[in-house]
Amino acid sequence: MEKFTKLSAIAVPLDRANVDTDAIIPKQFLKSIKRSGFGPNLFDEWRYLDHGEPGMDNSNRPLNPDFVLNQPRYQGAQILLAWDNFGCGSSREHAPWALEDYGIRVIIAPSFADIFYNNCFKNGLLPIVLPEEIVDELFKLVEANEGLKLTVDLEQKTITADTGLKINFELDEFRRHCLLEGLDEIGLTLAHADEICQYEEKQKKITPWLFNE
Amino acid sequence: MSAKTLYDKLWDSHEVRKNDDGTSLLYIDRQLIHEVTSPQAFEGLRLANRKPWRVSANLATPDHNVPTTNRAEGIADPISKIQVETLDKNCHDFGITEFRMDDIRQGIVHVIGPEQGATLPGMTLVCGDSHTSTHGAFGTLAFGVGTSEVEHVLATLCLIQKKSKNMLVRVDGQLKPGVTAKDIILAIIGIIGTAGGTGYAIEFAGEAIRSLSMEGRMTISNMAIEAGARAGMIAVDDTTIEYVKGKTYAPKGGQWEMAVQYWKNFHSDEGADFDKEVILDASCIEPQVTWGTSPEMTIAINERIPDPQQESDAVKKEGMKAALKYMGLEAGTPINEMPVDVVFIGSCTNSRIEDMRAAAEIVRGRKVADNVQQALVVPGSGLIKQQAEAEGLDKIFKEAGFEWREPGCSMCLAMNADRLEPGQRCASTSNRNFEGRQGQGGRTHLVSPAMAAAAAVTGHFIDASQLAATSGSDVSGSTV
Ligand code: SF4
Repeated sequence: MEKFTKLSAIAVPLDRANVDTDAIIPKQFLKSIKRSGFGPNLFDEWRYLDHGEPGMDNSNRPLNPDFVLNQPRYQGAQILLAWDNFGCGSSREHAPWALEDYGIRVIIAPSFADIFYNNCFKNGLLPIVLPEEIVDELFKLVEANEGLKLTVDLEQKTITADTGLKINFELDEFRRHCLLEGLDEIGLTLAHADEICQYEEKQKKITPWLFNE
Repeated sequence: MSAKTLYDKLWDSHEVRKNDDGTSLLYIDRQLIHEVTSPQAFEGLRLANRKPWRVSANLATPDHNVPTTNRAEGIADPISKIQVETLDKNCHDFGITEFRMDDIRQGIVHVIGPEQGATLPGMTLVCGDSHTSTHGAFGTLAFGVGTSEVEHVLATLCLIQKKSKNMLVRVDGQLKPGVTAKDIILAIIGIIGTAGGTGYAIEFAGEAIRSLSMEGRMTISNMAIEAGARAGMIAVDDTTIEYVKGKTYAPKGGQWEMAVQYWKNFHSDEGADFDKEVILDASCIEPQVTWGTSPEMTIAINERIPDPQQESDAVKKEGMKAALKYMGLEAGTPINEMPVDVVFIGSCTNSRIEDMRAAAEIVRGRKVADNVQQALVVPGSGLIKQQAEAEGLDKIFKEAGFEWREPGCSMCLAMNADRLEPGQRCASTSNRNFEGRQGQGGRTHLVSPAMAAAAAVTGHFIDASQLAATSGSDVSGSTV
């Protein structure tokens, strides 16, 4: 997994609550058996005026000029601002894959859906939960200052900007550690293989039916 | 020892180790696998040169992409075909049991787990699918995971997890006739909202829940995720144990007695503490129809489409306006006059034999209304299809003008050929009414199987119990 330490980038304000995983990456794109290449279809139904299907040449498709991601001032954005319950709906990891492939590394919202939140960390994406008033402040700041970059520092757990803005955020230590180091979680778990085996030996006596071959 | 909740007991009995940072390594007894969220997990295993920890803990079936017509001809869409073939190959290479597309046991992953006894009380179960909460109906800790975690469970049978908070949703008293499990869960989501359960594991309890069959209980826990909770569960009782008995993967002989004793402990202790409690009176629940683009946007069949102007919360108000626009609805319209174009009976929420029977009961002796362009029944598994045919339910549907299909997810999410056209309005027994869920521009109204059947034969939403009272023709034969 790619490490995350510090990022300075443009933030794009997506003024919606309950952005679901079907909106982030519509189901027709889930047929891929790969992990990459989902970026051009991120928010497909909002981003393009036609109906997207896998295999299309996305560079020729008509863009929806009203959709915030298409506005020239937000090109190259790597931070996404959104409202409550971002990522609700399905468990598809294609949602963080699409965001990551597009270039997004940080999502800031008042709340996230559980599975999506969890999936972000497996893919080097940092979801930051902040109180609604502060998210509101960020929306206003970003909309008022074209070209403004926010700096997200995971070591310091801060978001700063040239305007003098400084916000602290919280994140659980394990997740922060894994992101900072780009750790392989499976490797971490396998380091406890002995304990897993001991647990299984104990359980074989209590629930032997779960170990029938 | 202090009183524990059902969730506490499930959690404690699966904790391999506690980490210093408050997370735990949790043991996973069973993983169910389908074609959409697994290819990259198997690829990850191969790249890291890892093997499954214990192959027999996994069970796979394709469901999202499979065609529901002409199975023998295979999958027409080449990309869907590759995905299903990739699952076949991965299961073959790693030695994982798979019910392939041509196997009578194939079906929606959340239907076949319980049907085969692969889902058992007191266990932990995961699947790369958010509706894994379904299996919580068995007093099981079951939750959806992403593809990285599918790989993690394949490789270690463990997950690093942080414990959720405990939430109790108690539905006291008895339901009115014609009100079903689907109506209960929609009413609950209408009250607590789609984020109401975020961060919690929900236990559903109370007389109305205990009185439900296992099918009804699965409908309830299936939609816990729509209330934001990764896991929804229901205590083990005699109904649970009766259902499990004799299933293929269920314990047999001496192990059966031992298991029953063990399972009986999986309920919340008297006096156990919950972080949040919601209490509903079953007798106040009416048949539900969702009107918007989120499962919390639900009303009773005798109500009118709500008016965003009455909503004080600004974000909610905007959400309501956008939903009305997308759904092509006007505030104040009575929902029971709203005509429908398509009816879909199926999905992991409502495609079990009891759902088939409930719908057939309404349809019997009637015809699909002229304005309904398509009416589909998609059983949840090959075995359910077989059972329904043995009971003659397929004939009832076909004679009425329904299409009787092969098992799969089908129009629940329209990854195969079954989908709505832009603007089409659908009465659907599935679980999500998000924009475009059943096809781009399609408009989904979530309802129970009886309500979907009633919409099909009248051409508009209507309280199904009105039809049940005045049956189409001779209601012969019992449908217990
Ligand atoms: S039936 Fe629908 S909700 Fe259930 S697993 Fe299939 S796609 Fe998901």
